[in-house]
Amino acid sequence: MKKLIIVLLVLFSSHVAASPGGIELQSAKIDLDNKASLQRGAKYFVNYCLSCHSAKQLRYSRMAEDLGISPELVELNLMFTGEKIFDGMTISMRPKDAEKWFGVNPPDLSLIARSRGPDWLYTYLKGFYIDDSRPFGVNNVLFPKVGMPHVLADLQGLQKAVYKDVKLKDGSIRKVIDHLEIAEPGRMNEREFDKAMNDLVNFMAYMGEPAKLERQRLGWKVLLFILLMLGVFHLLKKEYWKDIH
Amino acid sequence: MSGMLKNALGWADARFPLSKVWNEHLAQYYAPKNFNWMYYFGSLAMLVLVNQIITGIFLTIHYKPDALLAFDSVEYIMRDVEWGWLIRYMHSTGASAFFIVVYMHMFRGLVYGSFKKPRELVWVFGMIIYVALMAEAFMGYLLPWGQMSYWGAQVIVSLFGAIPYVGEDLALWLRGDYVISDATLNRFFAFHVIAIPLVLVILVFMHIVALHAVGSNNPEGIEIKKHKDENGIPLDGIPFHPYYSVKDLVGVAVFLFIFALIIFYMPEMGGYFLEHANFVPADPLKTPEHIAPVWYFTPFYAVLRAVPDKFLGVVAMAGAIIVLFLLPWLDRGVNKSIRYRGPVFKAAIIAFCISFVGLGYFGMQPVTAVGTFFSRFFSIIYFAFFLLMPWYSNIGQDKYVPERLDEK
Amino acid sequence: MSEQVVDKRRRLFLTAAATAVTGVGAAYVAVPFLASMNPSDRAKAAGAPVEADISKLELGQLIRVEWRGKPVWILKRSQEILAQIAEETSMLRDVDSNESEQPESCKNTARSIKPEVFLAVGICTHLGCSPTYRPEVAPEDLGADWKGGFFCPCHGSLFDLSGRVYAGVPAPLNLVVPPHEYLTDTRILIGGAS
Repeated sequence: MKKLIIVLLVLFSSHVAASPGGIELQSAKIDLDNKASLQRGAKYFVNYCLSCHSAKQLRYSRMAEDLGISPELVELNLMFTGEKIFDGMTISMRPKDAEKWFGVNPPDLSLIARSRGPDWLYTYLKGFYIDDSRPFGVNNVLFPKVGMPHVLADLQGLQKAVYKDVKLKDGSIRKVIDHLEIAEPGRMNEREFDKAMNDLVNFMAYMGEPAKLERQRLGWKVLLFILLMLGVFHLLKKEYWKDIH
Repeated sequence: MSGMLKNALGWADARFPLSKVWNEHLAQYYAPKNFNWMYYFGSLAMLVLVNQIITGIFLTIHYKPDALLAFDSVEYIMRDVEWGWLIRYMHSTGASAFFIVVYMHMFRGLVYGSFKKPRELVWVFGMIIYVALMAEAFMGYLLPWGQMSYWGAQVIVSLFGAIPYVGEDLALWLRGDYVISDATLNRFFAFHVIAIPLVLVILVFMHIVALHAVGSNNPEGIEIKKHKDENGIPLDGIPFHPYYSVKDLVGVAVFLFIFALIIFYMPEMGGYFLEHANFVPADPLKTPEHIAPVWYFTPFYAVLRAVPDKFLGVVAMAGAIIVLFLLPWLDRGVNKSIRYRGPVFKAAIIAFCISFVGLGYFGMQPVTAVGTFFSRFFSIIYFAFFLLMPWYSNIGQDKYVPERLDEK
Repeated sequence: MSEQVVDKRRRLFLTAAATAVTGVGAAYVAVPFLASMNPSDRAKAAGAPVEADISKLELGQLIRVEWRGKPVWILKRSQEILAQIAEETSMLRDVDSNESEQPESCKNTARSIKPEVFLAVGICTHLGCSPTYRPEVAPEDLGADWKGGFFCPCHGSLFDLSGRVYAGVPAPLNLVVPPHEYLTDTRILIGGAS
């Protein structure tokens, strides 16, 4: 019996973080209590993502409340297309047009941090490199043949891939990407850009599940109450079971 | 005051067997006094059933069974409905908890021989509950209308297509369309929220009635009804209420602690309770890179994949479930409890558990040569455990089995 | 079973404690379930203030704006109508709008902030139908005394052009004037003020 439990525990704890391409994911630091980081992330999100990607499940008003920004400030700094504060983060680009321009319809990002995971997003955002064979001149190490242009190029600059030779089993040599390095610098240095992307991913993690803030705040109180219940029930059981030999 | 209460009770008893039911099933239902912690899972299964029904009702208030609206309505519950996230997580975690509890409950029955004469029907009703529960969980999983919902349903319904002659028509009839679609979602919703829950409640009732007619088994496997005192009360029995009702409360509190821990701090359970791909809306044009059923189905899914033939795979999978029904007649052992069974039977139980968990593990993984090898190996053990039972279950049993609890 | 002495008081106390803790727990669990039936954030968003632009509103024209799922009328009235509203009082039930619901700024004869622009929730105070706008004077069906106003087709209630209910019709109260404020001369925010 105990064996079964142990096996189950091992199964449940094993993580499913590895990406299909076999590229090691870089881990983003997710801290939903860091309001400043979330606010910066929100700024990057509306400036760089929200022109093509929607996040229709998140209302501006909810974001204002959770991130501690006043609704007026949100309207002034984070809303550009004439929505109302209670609206979700939608975009005006029509899916048909998007398909024509990018080949695919840019997905809604409301839940992207829950389906892909923050680490995937973090690695992806940092994984663009120059590839002239692609329509937008860039490719992505994590998402080969990506349809998205490198919208963050003015912050990060452009990276180029540095290749290394790998000997395959049959003796032939194949070039694979070893790492990326900056070819044209952008407005941020590498450290600043990493921090910015961490903020952005942090915000997207918040966006995936705003209730997470609430449930983590409440959870320990519920658990304490159940412990109290357990204590009382245990005493009650012991009292009654005095009868039984 | 108590006089008035007595009068009210008398009034009711003259019209409805209130005291009679209370006594027969609680206050004067005599259960063996040696239940251990594995006997918590029956009452816990009831608790989870109630949890699923109540949270389910409140989810139904906000959910929309429409292919265009379903996914967003779940997110609406998660974000816009006051406390919607809690109710939804209680329901989604409850689904997995249900299977954990039920698997433990079945395992307990297996090792203590609770399925053996005279409790065959208790076991069979329990097995029907288990099958109904699988149907319930499967249909419920379509409702969030995510990628896993969609493609999981697509794969499982296609299994029916493997049945010769009628299969394709049957699958079509089940879906109500040529692919999983709005029509399928709507009917699965109807089955999930009303048809199967009704069946489940009735079956649970029958399960308990059957149990209380024959009396409970126990870890020693002795029949307490064989030795009664002058009033006809089993000597090794104690009234279920208050002794086991207060004891079960302890189990309930422990369960609730773990349940709440998951709901509040790890509702996705690393992708096992809520799969990552299910946070992407269903897309009939694009299959996710890796689809696997939710963890509680994976042992049977592994059996399916172990067989390199579509029809025979379905037969094997169905067989893996059907063979469980036959357990009371496959086991020829005289002794009930594992404590007095022979070494072969004990070894077989361990091998069975390892193969079941192993099948569950490989059923989650993408297909690999190693995975297929182990799936086949474990499938053979799984079936051998049951089918060879008539031969090995009698080997080397203890000659002496106690008649009473206290004798040593 | 028990030859031992049972400590009845301890047993009773623990039973009471267990009952209490279960009761408190059940009450706490009930709260989220009951609260989940309150209007959701989406419903609240639909109840948010709405803006109306009246720059193109002509004399005698009535436009409808949706606010909290209800029609809000905006009507531009001429000086003649305003004058007539001020004198015609005998057939009205509540001339001074003492019983009806309106913002303090609209508790006047014209029942509006700016006399010529009249706002009202277009829902009859009887049973919730939406009355029709009947500006024409003395039409056949409403009789010779009709000076223009609102007619509820469901049960025949009558209101004048400032939403005041006639005496002797089923509707008990004047039409509701929603809270509103002027953002500019031509932009009104409905539901925002007060």
